[in-house]
Amino acid sequence: MSSVILEMRNITKTFPGVKALDDVNFSVQQGEIHALVGENGAGKSTLMKVLSGVYPHGTYTGEIYFQGELCQFKDISQSEKMGIVIIHQELALIPFLSIAENIFLGNEQAHRGIVNWNVTIAKTQELLKKVGLRESPNTLITDLGVGKQQLVEIAKALSKEVKLLILDEPTASLNETDSEALLELLLQFKQQGMTSILISHKLNEVNKVADSITILRDGATIETLDSRNDLVTEDRIIRGMVGRDLTHRYPPREAEIGEVIFEVQNWKVYHPIHPDRKVIDDVNIHVRKGEVVGIAGLMGSGRTELAMSVFGRAYGKNISGLVCKHGREIDTSSVHKAIANGLAYATEDRKNYGLVLIQPIKNNVTLANLEAVSGRAGVINKPKEMVVAKDYRTSLSIKSSSILQETVNLSGGNQQKVVLSKWLFSNPDILILDEPTRGIDVGAKYEIYTIINRLAEEGKGIIVISSELPEILGICDRIYVMNEGKIVGEMSAKEASQEKIMACIMQQQEVAQS
Amino acid sequence: MTTGTTLARDNSPVNSIVALFKNNLRQYSMLIALIAIMAFFQVMTDGTLMKPVNLTNLVLQNSYIVIMAIGMLLVIVAGHIDLSVGSVAAFVGAVAAVLMVDYNVNFILVIIIGLVLGGVIGAAQGYWIAYQRIPSFIATLAGMLVFRGLTLAMLQGQSVGPFPTGFQRLSSGFLPDVFGHQSLHITSLVIGLVVSLAIVYLDWRGRRNQVKYGFEVSPLGLFVAKNVLITAVILYMSYLMASYKGLPNVLVVLFILIVAYAFFTNQTVSGRRIYAMGGNAKAAALSGINTKLLTFLTFVNMGMLAALGGLIIAARLNVATPKAGTGIELDVIAAAFIGGASATGGIGTVIGAVVGALVMGVMNNGMSIVGIGIDWQQAIKGLVLLFAVWFDVRSRMKS
Repeated sequence: MSSVILEMRNITKTFPGVKALDDVNFSVQQGEIHALVGENGAGKSTLMKVLSGVYPHGTYTGEIYFQGELCQFKDISQSEKMGIVIIHQELALIPFLSIAENIFLGNEQAHRGIVNWNVTIAKTQELLKKVGLRESPNTLITDLGVGKQQLVEIAKALSKEVKLLILDEPTASLNETDSEALLELLLQFKQQGMTSILISHKLNEVNKVADSITILRDGATIETLDSRNDLVTEDRIIRGMVGRDLTHRYPPREAEIGEVIFEVQNWKVYHPIHPDRKVIDDVNIHVRKGEVVGIAGLMGSGRTELAMSVFGRAYGKNISGLVCKHGREIDTSSVHKAIANGLAYATEDRKNYGLVLIQPIKNNVTLANLEAVSGRAGVINKPKEMVVAKDYRTSLSIKSSSILQETVNLSGGNQQKVVLSKWLFSNPDILILDEPTRGIDVGAKYEIYTIINRLAEEGKGIIVISSELPEILGICDRIYVMNEGKIVGEMSAKEASQEKIMACIMQQQEVAQS
Repeated sequence: MTTGTTLARDNSPVNSIVALFKNNLRQYSMLIALIAIMAFFQVMTDGTLMKPVNLTNLVLQNSYIVIMAIGMLLVIVAGHIDLSVGSVAAFVGAVAAVLMVDYNVNFILVIIIGLVLGGVIGAAQGYWIAYQRIPSFIATLAGMLVFRGLTLAMLQGQSVGPFPTGFQRLSSGFLPDVFGHQSLHITSLVIGLVVSLAIVYLDWRGRRNQVKYGFEVSPLGLFVAKNVLITAVILYMSYLMASYKGLPNVLVVLFILIVAYAFFTNQTVSGRRIYAMGGNAKAAALSGINTKLLTFLTFVNMGMLAALGGLIIAARLNVATPKAGTGIELDVIAAAFIGGASATGGIGTVIGAVVGALVMGVMNNGMSIVGIGIDWQQAIKGLVLLFAVWFDVRSRMKS
């Protein structure tokens, strides 16, 4: 029988005007993987911040017992001393320092202020072995992919003699292979007796590794499911999260698919810094009117690079090939021309590439098509602009205090809706959506899918790039599979399956290796 | 526009006035600070500060700082900085001086040449920054050294002057009085009246538009009070000026520039794009904005305004010296930051920068009258800059 390692009792945390956590009870057993799920804003992160001391004792009510001891953390360092380590969604590594320097940052292996590099390197090597990362301790973080960076974060946590490891959306930016590896690592740690809390939106992962699942909704604990004894289905979890049965995770599609409206032919792109590296190798794709076309593939397979190079050559060098609309070649040599020719590209990274976060919703919505709200002399008609922004706020139900709210304060789902509004207002014929639902909760995802369907029904052609295969299968009519800059498979949604898509990728990789 | 829509949910006038101050404290804080500083020096100087002759002096002394602060504001909003403005101003002044004194070129042609030269210099620096991706701090630091050096070379270490009276009027001239009254400059009064009426009309029209589109507006009483206050201030200032020599030419230039640039930043597509670029350059580029060209043009504009500032400095001193405009870039940058511009780009207003420049100007002027030495003036100004930005950062964190 396992014992309880962590118990949080009657935690209530209020912010001015909002009760973020309302009498939450949460207990974790020694040696288990405990998943914490819930929609965005359900209070998962707040709960973890209370636990780790980001919100110090006194700013919340309730009690925390860790290993039977009452804990009243004043800051993170106190909780870390007890062995509670949290790895945040946005990685906190310093790009131009080495792996070893990052791992022991703030915990330098030093004597009287002088760092002992031999000890540092030796210990780093040991930690890297534990997390299965084969890199030199002197490698700079910036030279690592996201997956490996995540492993460095975990190694860093291990260096602090962690007893309870908290991972906040660890696989959000990882591809399938890296995600697999990470989950395997978690299971391995479990065998060694470590306890972890996993916060994730990806329910298939939760199902795979979690022993218990606690569901939060609107700042309250709904239930804790035990998946050791009972079979917990994804639908069961979703029901707990949204408080109702979500019978369809993907809305029904009724778009009429017409003639080919968009084609990319013999598209070749070279790397912007290493001009001899071919990033996109002779890609041919097309989209029909009213069709939703998916591009599946691992991260780094060239999907984003393909999209960005087509969209006004925003990526790459020595680009060659044709872009055609309605059978005629169009000029997409700059972003401005691409937009003028009816293209839109909603980026995968909305915070860094999609939104001007310090500006209100209104300014972001009109940014790509200011001409439409201004007169001939380039003077903005502000009342008209307000009306436009208000319309999108209503029709896409962007939850916000007003159109003057700064986008930095919106939730991920609502930020994504602002990005979509911007591109809808530019009135494109072809929309390229890159990871349109990354980091968005189940309810908002459904809304985004509905918008995609509505656009298809209006006769637009839509390309969806996604790492989540169920999503690609759920919303697309036809799917291209990409790997290493090439299209390695094409199939209709009817004949497609996760296995088939993965098979395409693997096959091609074997060919490449042999 | 934001002022009108964020409040007025509460109907009682007292509450809405409180709300107005809360919502706009940051926006108006520097204006209030300016008024407080003026009141302080008015008392400390026994009323000398607001005497017509001193008020006119104040405008003449600070006009070029205000002009360059407008350009600097755009540069800072775009996410950059320009350290070269003092040297560029000196260089343009030197070229103008040599052309007028050594080559007897007509002064109007010289002014045009000077402005074009400023634009070319701005273009050269903008090219390195926008297209060659040299950080603006470094590119303009280089420019600061280069153009100071070229100024010295151009003047061969000497002062060159004096200039034709036509050129001097750029800084020291006054609007002619068509009414010919003895003690009062009627034209200036009329202009003051026209300007205040125009402001009231525009504000009223904006309000009417907001009502038409169904947006919330501030209570009528507040609207009237605000406009009465603005009108009163403008009329009083023009009365003071009118009782000396009338409106200086440079004030007219200044006024036109402030109105034009305030309009540009608030109401035009290009203005909006500069703010978007400063807020997030990558997102702006992916929204079809030619960020390189925009950056380039921002520096061309800065160069031209620096040139105008340089011409006014030369006209005011009636001589071009190798030391002209030394350290001015710091006053100009400080003005923009005191006026609420953000060092990371994307935030700031033209009016804010003007108010910031006036804060610096009034302090310079006031401290000089009171008899504080230049040494202490520097120290006090530095602290004011620090506290102004601190106040700004704090109020931003609260909201």
